[in-house]
Amino acid sequence: MMAIPLSHLLVFSALLFLTGLYGALTRRNAVGILMSIEIMLNAVNVNFVAFAGMLNAPPELGQVFVIFIIVLAATTAAVGLAIVMAIYRNQKTIYTDEIDLLKW
Amino acid sequence: MNPLLIPLLPLISFAAIIFFGKWLKEKSAWVAVSASALSCLVSFKSIGEVIGGRNFHEAFTWILINRIPIEFGISIDPLAAVMLFVVTFIGTMIVVYSVGYMHGDPRYPRFFAYLSLFLFSMLGLVLSSTLVQIYVFWELVGLCSYFLIGFWFEKKEAAEAGRKAFIANRIGDIGFFLGIITFFYATGTMRFVDIQPEFIQAQAGSAILTVSALLLFCGAVGKSAQFPLHVWLPDAMEGPTPVSALIHAATMVAAGVYMVARLFPLFHACPEASQIVAGIGTWTAFMAAFFALTQMDIKKVLAYSTISQLGYMIAALGVGGMTAGTFHLMTHAFFKALLFLGAGSVIHGAGVQDMREMGGLRKSMPITFWTFVVATAAIAGIPPFSGFWSKDEILLSAIGSDHRIIFWILMITAAMTSFYMFRLLFLTFFGETRGKRAPHESPAVMTVPLIILAIGAAGIGLLGSPWAHHWIQNFLAGHPEEIQMNSFVATISIAASAIGLLIAFIFYILNPDLPKRFAKKYWLLYAASSHKLWMDEMYQATFIRWFKQIARFSFKFDEAVIDRTVNEVGRKTVWTSKIKNWFDQYIVDGLVNLTGRLTQMTGAVLRLIQTGYIHNYLFVLLLGVLIIGYAVFNT
Repeated sequence: MMAIPLSHLLVFSALLFLTGLYGALTRRNAVGILMSIEIMLNAVNVNFVAFAGMLNAPPELGQVFVIFIIVLAATTAAVGLAIVMAIYRNQKTIYTDEIDLLKW
Repeated sequence: MNPLLIPLLPLISFAAIIFFGKWLKEKSAWVAVSASALSCLVSFKSIGEVIGGRNFHEAFTWILINRIPIEFGISIDPLAAVMLFVVTFIGTMIVVYSVGYMHGDPRYPRFFAYLSLFLFSMLGLVLSSTLVQIYVFWELVGLCSYFLIGFWFEKKEAAEAGRKAFIANRIGDIGFFLGIITFFYATGTMRFVDIQPEFIQAQAGSAILTVSALLLFCGAVGKSAQFPLHVWLPDAMEGPTPVSALIHAATMVAAGVYMVARLFPLFHACPEASQIVAGIGTWTAFMAAFFALTQMDIKKVLAYSTISQLGYMIAALGVGGMTAGTFHLMTHAFFKALLFLGAGSVIHGAGVQDMREMGGLRKSMPITFWTFVVATAAIAGIPPFSGFWSKDEILLSAIGSDHRIIFWILMITAAMTSFYMFRLLFLTFFGETRGKRAPHESPAVMTVPLIILAIGAAGIGLLGSPWAHHWIQNFLAGHPEEIQMNSFVATISIAASAIGLLIAFIFYILNPDLPKRFAKKYWLLYAASSHKLWMDEMYQATFIRWFKQIARFSFKFDEAVIDRTVNEVGRKTVWTSKIKNWFDQYIVDGLVNLTGRLTQMTGAVLRLIQTGYIHNYLFVLLLGVLIIGYAVFNT
């Protein structure tokens, strides 16, 4: 089986992370921001897996963190979506430039 | 049962009535009655033990003075036992009587609260084991006396009489207090158990002991209404009649006699002091009997008679007749309480106090009349009633110690006593009714105590008669005493009583016009007696006037110097306050406000950073990460 070089994987994960970052900074929709964050977390996952494969490390040093992060991402999404729902019920909007509750 | 219960029960009754009187109402009387009756029973048991030869003494150390302990406790010896008997037994009778006498009074519960408080104080006084303790209770009984004399304080005379009694007593008590201090200084003890003849005799003749004896006697002069402080007792008759009977005849006024009897070894060791005691007692006995001759108010006659009899007791103690004086104290308590309660019954039934408006009550008030006859016979010294035995003892001790002048003066006083008491009896119960109201007999709750006391007044003297082998004298002295019945003294004493009775009979039954003619002929003597030697007026013109002048001067001084100083200080304070106020408002407050305002301004600028948009925060976060990354990779 032909191995994909490490540099390709790292560039891919970097692109994926920047995509997520861009989305998180520019999206007005709160759900969009949440999705961008998920993308960034997945970029990190790719990094973990890539380094683990290259170093031939035992699973508990690398891959297991990926599982943790997936679980964490799921919970973050659940909590985040619940918050978005609550904000929507109160404010009738999920566009972040119309929500400035954190002010003062 | 513990003798501590004896004073405690009336105290509990006092507390119960004073706190729950509004709720108890009429029932409060029965609280007081049961408390005093129970206390009487307990004290009978204690007395029984003392008669069996076991004196009671229990005390704890209260304070230390120069490492000498001052005790607080209870001690019962024969003297205290006699007094205990008098106070609890007669006290109970009088509390029962009051249930009827005070019926319908608006402050009915409070009266019984005061009576209970008095009984507590008096029992505390009797059971005291040291001089300091006796002083504490001494003042308490004085306070109760003040409360009860002024019980009907709406009446101006009653309020003033209460004040007079209090102040006259205070004068005596200052002497008493100084006496306690000098006695402690001279002997180094305050315990009564220490005051034994051997102990005192060792220091006999020292001047300081004589001075302390005289100062202690001052207390007795005030409390037992001896000359020259006797003026308060007749006025004290403004109080309710049961109070007059209990406090101002039977018990409290006898406290002075009791105290002197307690300290008898001290007086015995100071012959000079004893002479003065005997002199004052004799003069008081004579003078008060002289005043009683012409009084028209039934209670005033009895008041002067009380003073006179107290003089007898003091004189007896002065001439060395400790047992005689105490014996007379006991018999006097019985017949004088009975006389006062009888007078109360008369006032209750006839509605007047002036004897000129009485007369002929014999038929309408038979029980009161017969008990009154017994009491009169007892005080007049007609054998075999109680007064005869005790008076005889006193006369005997006077002649036995070779005080001839005192003996004869007391004998004349005895004749006068017989005269004024039978005069009272004849004016009140014999002849035609001069009152406007139809008199009626008092209810049973009043007459039953009268009958019981009458039995006591008739029979109690027999304890000291030859038939009982002078039991009471031996009991008090602690050892068998040789007492001879002196037939000479007894004969003269009976003759004196008979003469008094005869003259009263001639004056008020056979020839009712005679007193008026007599008064006109010897107008100076009559005026001297009815105006009480003008002593009230003399005090008014001298001491009271001087004191008022001092008071007025003090008031002026107060107004002109102290008040003005205070006012000046006040004005200056206001001035400084105004300056301080200005400083506070403009300097201190200004600084504080300035700090506040500065904080607000900085806040207003700085809060602009917080936009509330999530993008801005995320962007700043990213910038932060980049800066940290840059810093990390560049080192």
